[in-house]
Amino acid sequence: MADQSTTGVPIELRKVTKAFPGGGEPAVRELDLNIPAGEIVVLVGPSGCGKTTTMRMINRLIEPTSGDIVIDGRSSHDIDPDRLRRNIGYVIQQAGLFPHMTVAANIAQVPKMLGWDRARIAERVDELLTLVGLDAEAYRDTFPRRLSGGQQQRVGVARALAADPPVLLMDEPFGALDPISRERLQDELLGLQDDLAKTIVFVTHDIDEALKIGDHIAIMKAPGHIVQYATPAEILTNPADGYVEQFLGAGSSMRLLRLTKVGDIEVDQVPYASEDADAAAVLVEIERDGRGYALITDGMRRPLRWVSAEQLQGVEGPVGSAGDAITGTLGHRMTLQDALEALLNADNDVVPVVGRRRAYAGALSLSTVQNAIQAIKTRERERRLHRNHPGGSG
Amino acid sequence: MTLWEYVEDRWDLILFETAQHASMVAQCVLVAAVLGVLIGVATYRRPRLASLATASSGVLFTVPSLAMLGLLIPALGLGVAPSVTAIVLYALLPIIRNTVVGLQGVDQLVVDAARGIGMSRGRSLTRIELPLAWPVILTGIRVSTQLAMGIGAVAAYVSGPGLGEQIFSGLARLGGANAVNSTLTGTIGVAILALLFDGCFVLLGKLTAPEGPLSRRLTTGGVRG
Repeated sequence: MADQSTTGVPIELRKVTKAFPGGGEPAVRELDLNIPAGEIVVLVGPSGCGKTTTMRMINRLIEPTSGDIVIDGRSSHDIDPDRLRRNIGYVIQQAGLFPHMTVAANIAQVPKMLGWDRARIAERVDELLTLVGLDAEAYRDTFPRRLSGGQQQRVGVARALAADPPVLLMDEPFGALDPISRERLQDELLGLQDDLAKTIVFVTHDIDEALKIGDHIAIMKAPGHIVQYATPAEILTNPADGYVEQFLGAGSSMRLLRLTKVGDIEVDQVPYASEDADAAAVLVEIERDGRGYALITDGMRRPLRWVSAEQLQGVEGPVGSAGDAITGTLGHRMTLQDALEALLNADNDVVPVVGRRRAYAGALSLSTVQNAIQAIKTRERERRLHRNHPGGSG
Repeated sequence: MTLWEYVEDRWDLILFETAQHASMVAQCVLVAAVLGVLIGVATYRRPRLASLATASSGVLFTVPSLAMLGLLIPALGLGVAPSVTAIVLYALLPIIRNTVVGLQGVDQLVVDAARGIGMSRGRSLTRIELPLAWPVILTGIRVSTQLAMGIGAVAAYVSGPGLGEQIFSGLARLGGANAVNSTLTGTIGVAILALLFDGCFVLLGKLTAPEGPLSRRLTTGGVRG
């Protein structure tokens, strides 16, 4: 049970409306939203657009006026609200930890309500602290006040995950943190999600956070409706209307760079060979490729040197130590933005890309990045056309 | 006769009256604490009801204690009944007010988190809100105790139990033998009792502070054997 964690379930909002008594315009108006299982869906918009209200209706902290919310095929209306909430992790701004309880006791609250025995709870608490990157021995018995904001929020996440719920609601969880902690916790959340595959509904007013975290993003506008619901790349390349464009602000292409990993684009395939490869054969390879150079790697395919056709002229037998040592490599998990930064600072026009175990995976140049961005934009445009004329001739 | 000789002479009586006084104050404050916290819990979520509760106990507060005791005689007669009733009524105000203020002062984010992870209203109240409001409530009880000490002494006016008897009988015989000694004994006795009670509250406050030893035992003990 402990090693097999529960993965996400789908959530469906059907014509959900929330009107507060005496509040005039409804806070949320006939909202439809399909949240696929195991995805992070971000609700983003300016304050007062109804995003928090929408999220709080999922665990019934706010009761919808009309409409239905279906979680894993069951209408949330038919489940006792307290029991419903014990199966939905809840993370809020500044963590909302119970200040009079130790870290362990904070995390233990939901398992306790579910009637777990002490030994199992203690084991789970340590497991979770390790999972969120805190040393269990050091932090278990401390009080929240003694933790930094980032550490508190880690405990907040651990508390939400305690009973291994399929769904997590996160209400501006990193809003109160400094930019560095925020970035780090975002990365860690994404890392966790790779393993856990929960269904996460994430509320933020920060579009950059939304673009980074979300598998899908719902851009909301007051009074309580969704203007665009799409993947980050689609929102960047094809904003639904002026409101979304304004909300995105300038720099969509730069954001696309930040969103795309080096491994996601087609990198250049420069010929490569190991040190003991025959120089003449490498030369033939270079001439066939037409670029005029090749990469020399070690036995584990790790890049060592660039070698040009001229440098290989007249070399007999193995390549050996011919060529110029490389000055750096790019990881395939780097964002294109970071890669671009590295390319601009590099001594060569072309920098090798390495994948797992630092093995050669391709090469990147400024023009490759440029072409990749163009390709993404074209692809999104074609997808849009295709969607507007489904099954159309031509 | 010096004061010391007076005390030595009537040691048994004075000790008895002191114990009576302490017991009366302790019991009245206990009743007031239970009632006051209950009223506070029942009203703190509804601002109008909460201000009604504090306002009406505030009105009671403005009635002079001697008048209050006198007014209670027709209904309750003399002795323990009017004394206890008056003390409880006076002790209520600080407890109700501090319970309401304490509960309303609990960080809404924390209450939201408690509800959000699936705690029922009652569980959130007993596990989260009351423990967090406790230092403020305890301060209210402490103030009430000091108040009850003084009113308990005045209660001798309606033949109530306790050290007030020493004070009133002394005042009645002013100029007579041992009148001053009697009054002083009663007054000093009440003062010493008040200090002792206050000391107990300081200790209790330290033990039950949100991060204090008792809370640590309760919260961590629940998780780890």
